[in-house]
Amino acid sequence: MAFFTDAEVTLGSKLLEIIYMLTGFVTIYTGIKNLRDPENPSRIGTAVFWTILGVIISFGRWIPATVVGLLIIIMCIPAVLKKVKMGNVQKMTVEETKANFEKIGMKVFIPAFVIGAGALVFAVFTDLGALVGVGFGVLTSAILLIVLLPSNKPAVIINDAERMISTVGPLSMLSMLLACLGSVFTAAGVGETIAKLVSGVIPKGNITVGIIIYALGMMLFTIIMGNAFAAITVMTVGIGAPFVLSYGADPVLIGMLALTCGYCGTLLTPMAANFNMVPVALLDMKRRFTVIRNQFVIALIMITFQIIYMIIFH
Amino acid sequence: MEYLPLIGIVVVILGFALKLDNILTVIAAVIVTGLAGGLGIKGLLDTLGSSFVSNRNITIFITVLIVTGTLERSGLKEAAAALIGKIKNASAGAIVSAYAIMRAVFAAFNISFGGVAGFVRPLIMPMSTAAVKNKYGELNEEHEEQIKGMASSAENVGNFFFQVLFVGGSGALLVQGTLAGLGYEVELVELAMAEIPVSIVAIVVAILYYNIRDRRLTRKYYGPKNK
Repeated sequence: MAFFTDAEVTLGSKLLEIIYMLTGFVTIYTGIKNLRDPENPSRIGTAVFWTILGVIISFGRWIPATVVGLLIIIMCIPAVLKKVKMGNVQKMTVEETKANFEKIGMKVFIPAFVIGAGALVFAVFTDLGALVGVGFGVLTSAILLIVLLPSNKPAVIINDAERMISTVGPLSMLSMLLACLGSVFTAAGVGETIAKLVSGVIPKGNITVGIIIYALGMMLFTIIMGNAFAAITVMTVGIGAPFVLSYGADPVLIGMLALTCGYCGTLLTPMAANFNMVPVALLDMKRRFTVIRNQFVIALIMITFQIIYMIIFH
Repeated sequence: MEYLPLIGIVVVILGFALKLDNILTVIAAVIVTGLAGGLGIKGLLDTLGSSFVSNRNITIFITVLIVTGTLERSGLKEAAAALIGKIKNASAGAIVSAYAIMRAVFAAFNISFGGVAGFVRPLIMPMSTAAVKNKYGELNEEHEEQIKGMASSAENVGNFFFQVLFVGGSGALLVQGTLAGLGYEVELVELAMAEIPVSIVAIVVAILYYNIRDRRLTRKYYGPKNK
């Protein structure tokens, strides 16, 4: 409680902590609901994953770091063993969504856009931060959904949230775990080791060469790994920081565009199966590489543009 | 021995390239790197725990999921279908381009309505193929194959290059977290603004590409009289 009454802590941080708590509660609810669901083929594993995750999101600030670290390892065990499953989620039929659309019409876009708008407005016009804006937007969106369509009761929203969380599953935590891996890399001195290793190849102090290698490396690593999020952790610690950022380049521009350079790799690789291979099956294409064939030129133009843009404006 | 911590990088690359379980790969890399880097078990757990807590902002996607399901239930996909259905008398290339724009605008607000399975397959493909049949009386098989490819590409390009404009998106949060770990503090709004030129160029390039390509394919398969 001391955190919330502390005058040193900004209002934005306090509100964000409340948003984490609410988010964590919905995650814990997902765990408990599935624990009590006889239709879930793996009740315990599912409950362990979501409940622990929810507890860390809600109360992580007040739990000793060692305990959180241990909890994360425990939480990942059922995920790795594929024991986190969907149970009996609240049904949604095409007839229902059609009927709802006939009642609401295009106004359904309002509660959809209000989330992004909230993030933007809060980031630009307040000092509470974009994420508090997202939280505010979600709350407004929920209220609008209830007002626009009375059959959207709070319980409907909570159970739809459970359906969505169960649908995205534990793999949705990958970017979080990759961020942690980045911190472990830094703590273990991986960046310096790579820097020493590569310094013979990359000339020191030449930002232009550094940018080109960082950008192409992002694309290449993503082609190999199929995941730009995994690539950016490794590449930023190993190449981006020591060979570009440490010479005074703008971390906003370089760090962010590195990600979209990685996305150029995603457009080119069969390793990104969800984006480039699954559509081949879904749309019954005759050749495996038809999707990649149709975005190849776009990816090459975009990587070139971004490298030039970074070199000019870094 | 000083190169020992790099073994974690090898684990990540091999794990993803060999399509092993992604979570297992990352956790294995965390453990291997931590131990090889001399953090010890307690140091490893401490680093993992404190970085997870300080990166909790990435879990904001769960906050958004709280209303995503009910938005779907209230007819969001039907509304998107009604919106794109307003397009009449367009070529396949133009329909694909319109979808790319719509997907892009919605991605910037973190809204999705079904992707290839839920939207391209039931809506964009029938619209595009009907457009070709109406105009030329037939649909060349190879042209259809490429329209499918372009429509999937429009989904990817619109999504990738515009989701980065959503302030609070997972990608930008990962970048922010990674940079913070290295000692660089950046704001989410700044990260989104840096991407604006990239997003605009991407959508323009994509639209030009789809239309030029579709025109070329049309000329090839339905004769020079139909330019």
